[in-house]
Amino acid sequence: MQGTQLESATDKPASRVFARWPVHLLWFGGFAFAPSLALAQDALDSGDTAWMLTATALVLFMTIPGLALFYAGMVRSKNVLSVLMQCFAITALMSILWTFWGYSLAFEDGGGANAFVGGLSKMFLAGVTVDSLSGTIPESVFMTFQMTFAVITPALIVGAFAERMKFSTMLVFMGIWLTVVYAPVCHWVWGGGWLGDWGILDFAGGTVVHINAGVAGLVAAIMLGKRKGYPTTAMPPNNLGYTVMGASMLWVGWFGFNAGSELAADGVAGMAMAVTQIATAAAALGWMFSEWLSHGKPSVLGIASGAVAGLVAITPASGAVGPMGAVAIGAASGVGCFFAATTIKRAFGYDDSLDVFGIHAVGGIIGALLTGVFAATALGGAGFGDGNESMAAQVIAQGVGVVSTLVYSGIASFIILKILDAVMGLRVDEDQETEGLDIALHDERGYIL
Amino acid sequence: MKLLTAIIKPFKLDDVRNALSELGIQGMTLTEVKGFGRQKGHTELYRGAEYVVDFLPKLKIEIAVNDDQLTSVVDAVTEAARTGKIGDGKLFISELGEAIRIRTGECGGDAL
Repeated sequence: MQGTQLESATDKPASRVFARWPVHLLWFGGFAFAPSLALAQDALDSGDTAWMLTATALVLFMTIPGLALFYAGMVRSKNVLSVLMQCFAITALMSILWTFWGYSLAFEDGGGANAFVGGLSKMFLAGVTVDSLSGTIPESVFMTFQMTFAVITPALIVGAFAERMKFSTMLVFMGIWLTVVYAPVCHWVWGGGWLGDWGILDFAGGTVVHINAGVAGLVAAIMLGKRKGYPTTAMPPNNLGYTVMGASMLWVGWFGFNAGSELAADGVAGMAMAVTQIATAAAALGWMFSEWLSHGKPSVLGIASGAVAGLVAITPASGAVGPMGAVAIGAASGVGCFFAATTIKRAFGYDDSLDVFGIHAVGGIIGALLTGVFAATALGGAGFGDGNESMAAQVIAQGVGVVSTLVYSGIASFIILKILDAVMGLRVDEDQETEGLDIALHDERGYIL
Repeated sequence: MKLLTAIIKPFKLDDVRNALSELGIQGMTLTEVKGFGRQKGHTELYRGAEYVVDFLPKLKIEIAVNDDQLTSVVDAVTEAARTGKIGDGKLFISELGEAIRIRTGECGGDAL
């Protein structure tokens, strides 16, 4: 539950609490009426801090090298460096922008606009000091943990427009997208915004990260257009070994993502870790068997893709469901994302090169909706979100989160890309695309053998 | 003199090389090539996208021989490269006008 309260050790106002989980509600609710206990809650916990330092490093490891390798292996050899470069540059740029204003927009009180977006009072990390705390961990750790989420979300989009986008436009797009899409949506769910008030369960970012990036990817893929020659020309992956290594690193790093989202080293974090492993395994098998049945052979790219689909789907659910819920969510996402990446994409004909929509948006939607089902205590879950009395109410709240993210991210991404297309152009020219982005944009080759 | 060009399956190289050595053949040239014949290619499938790979990897061996060695060399190569399955490759034999050893300037059969 990432929307924890932010307080300074030297400045202890009345608690503002965004926790929506029954157990937490009880605790935090009690503190609100018992200031002396609230002071105890503000103490730094070294166990929690140690785990969150580790989790933060794990989440960064997901983007570089995990996601970068996962994507780099799937493109053609002439574009392998361009994808690695995009992931690396996004990591650097988002870190700076998060420092400058992203963190403040996502997690500060936005005053009158708080339902929609946070404020600017922590721009340039004003007030984030050695002593300031966020719950039981240093605010510096909380801020950096969240920074790694702000890094991976834009980086996920790279897969949708791989092999054809201008690097310069890509950088500008990502900078604007972080500011006007990621930071507000993050605020809606975790920073005290309007989706939190619906009691939405999004433990580690099914909506904020995966649906958000997935739909932005779909819009970008459609607006940039298909790669030259798609789908008639063969565009086989240049090195699936990279892709499998990348997927494996994502799997490992995701323990930081999901179990870290508890922001503490406790039982919820432990169960988040367990269900992450279980759902991922179920999804990898789900995709593998789907492919085996429909095409006759199980593939390495398939099982790795299935694992990522499962990681995506368990993300919103990881603090709310039990082991059997995780099996169901994982299996559903493995089969569902296989169908999305193979059949739906072909049917509609868009060139979402590396299946950002098919895996992250579709997996995110499956996970978000099923979180509303398997959070039920009767199904081994931890219970519904604050204010939701029934499974129906919770599923509706989840649906509101899904639809609002799809609509907002879709429209905002469209507008940003439309403007950038007019101002600087989205796509490399045809000769550059034929030559490959490695040489055309970076004067380098990935393989000199 | 004759120039023998053999297209063979890559994993048969060692067998062919050994068979030729036993005949006293002192040199050959090897090239990695791709092509197709009656074996055709194969299909690859990546997330539902199916590609037909027409050109399969083969090895091309070029051997220059004296006329009296030709039959035994042809027999040795066909014997060593054969698996009996489709895709074993081809042998092409052509006339060789001249051969010169660069280091000494020797010509003809002496250069082989």
